[in-house]
Amino acid sequence: MPLRIANQVRRGPAVTLWVDGQALDAFAGESLAAALLAAGRRALRQSSRAGTPRGVFCMMGACQECLVRVDGKRALACQVAVCDGMRVETGAAG
Amino acid sequence: MTRDPEILILGAGPAGLGAALALATCGVEALIVDSGSAAGGQVYRPLPGAFEPGDASGLGPDYREGERQRRLLADSGAGTAFGRLVWSIGTDLRVDALGPEGPESWRPKGIVAAAGATERVVPFPGWTLPGVMGLAAATILLKSQCVLPGERVLVAGCGPLLFAVANAIRKGGGQVVAVADLAGPGAWLHALPALLGQPRDLLRGASWMARLRAQGVPLLFRHGVREARAAGAGLEVSLGAVDAAGRPIPSASEKTLEADSLVVGHGLIPATEAVRLLGAEVVFDADAGGWVPRLDRDQRSSRAGLYAAGDGAGVRGAAAAFLAGRIAGMTAALDLGRIDAGHHARATAPLRRRLARARRFGRAMARLMAQRPGQVDGIAGDTVVCRCEDVTRAEVEAALERGAADVNQLKSWTRCGMGPCQGRMCGDTVGQIVAARTGSREAAGAWTARAPLRPLGVDALAGDFDYADIPLPAAAPL
Repeated sequence: MPLRIANQVRRGPAVTLWVDGQALDAFAGESLAAALLAAGRRALRQSSRAGTPRGVFCMMGACQECLVRVDGKRALACQVAVCDGMRVETGAAG
Repeated sequence: MTRDPEILILGAGPAGLGAALALATCGVEALIVDSGSAAGGQVYRPLPGAFEPGDASGLGPDYREGERQRRLLADSGAGTAFGRLVWSIGTDLRVDALGPEGPESWRPKGIVAAAGATERVVPFPGWTLPGVMGLAAATILLKSQCVLPGERVLVAGCGPLLFAVANAIRKGGGQVVAVADLAGPGAWLHALPALLGQPRDLLRGASWMARLRAQGVPLLFRHGVREARAAGAGLEVSLGAVDAAGRPIPSASEKTLEADSLVVGHGLIPATEAVRLLGAEVVFDADAGGWVPRLDRDQRSSRAGLYAAGDGAGVRGAAAAFLAGRIAGMTAALDLGRIDAGHHARATAPLRRRLARARRFGRAMARLMAQRPGQVDGIAGDTVVCRCEDVTRAEVEAALERGAADVNQLKSWTRCGMGPCQGRMCGDTVGQIVAARTGSREAAGAWTARAPLRPLGVDALAGDFDYADIPLPAAAPL
């Protein structure tokens, strides 16, 4: 079942992101965290001490759990809006 | 760098917006700074710019109220700086932020702290698993992104968000496996007299619960999450009965449910980093969510030029935040000498009357989501309490055994609270664990706030430059 709710909104134009080298379809303006969740990409990194998987937790830029690399720079997935061709790397320790 | 505003407002939620509108009516140059892309805060979060509302009725009354407030702000003439992450505030009130164009700073004459709240999630085994997220996170996903947190979702915790989120998931076409509320149904009845002051909100809350019941969603009162485990692509979640203080009842049988996602939250915690960074006095108020700035009746903090309003000054909800923000704005204008005391009194009197009513409602709601000390007491030793540094409760207790006297000493000894979230996720839990030994939250203390208030790269602050761009003075002649 798709997680994007139909009817409530008209989303932005369809875009393609590259997440760890794989194409991922999303809509312009969507939060990267939402786009990753909607695509079933839930584990985004490992915790630095125990190495346990982590994903989106607070959605408001406080918990720092959704840290990924966006076009080579560290960024919180919940604070970034997607755009066409964006390159995202997950799994970065720390 | 933009021109220095007279008053800088930290946060564009209802409180910040109220302050901006009030300052604008007094002709004070105000600048509202927020990390989001538009005003509204978490409660009235806007849709992404590229989204258009489809069926606006599906988006609900909060969306319409947010749109109304954004229009008010746009019409007020107040300055706005969105997409800015404030990372430092100096003792001279210099505010440093990182924005889309790089570093920026302002030197206002006064600051209104309207930073809102973060969510409290009391730790349990498995709370760090992907697929477990806060109720507030789910609210943002549902309201602003129109994305379900999962296909089959278990909703747990306490407070009004519980039923709001469960209802929004159902409305969006998702399945709610169950709702587990730490409170008993009696707690809602107990809050009823105060809730009657705000019939619209009361009706919404009551209809959410009734609708879920009619749809056959199991509502488990006095139940909490015991553990979440990864199971295939989803989760397996054990729930069990709790006592009135939120403590798990060991003899009670556990109920295990499967779900894609677990959405869990235990109330809101005022965001007081800016207030603490500036050294304003804070007091502990459990019913207001935790540490809050000590304010006079006009929203002045103990530090000259610093005002606070909204959930960041004590959780009382959006309606109270907007009114308190307006009072803070009028007071800042008074202190700048732009209006006289009579004007201030006339303008704030009707606001105070409405605020008293809104606060009564807010207090009843906040009480439903205040920290339950028994819940913290029931955290098992091997449970991670500090997510960033993977510090367990047993490690915290061991440091306290060795003599760590307050939360800051504990932090130095264990790294608990020292990670990238800077103690925002664990602070309230750890404060209570320390307080169980020191006797009070006051004796346990609060984290010392330090710049940078959020993690940020040194490269982002330095900007792009070549070595040749660095001005080097000519060497002095020998």
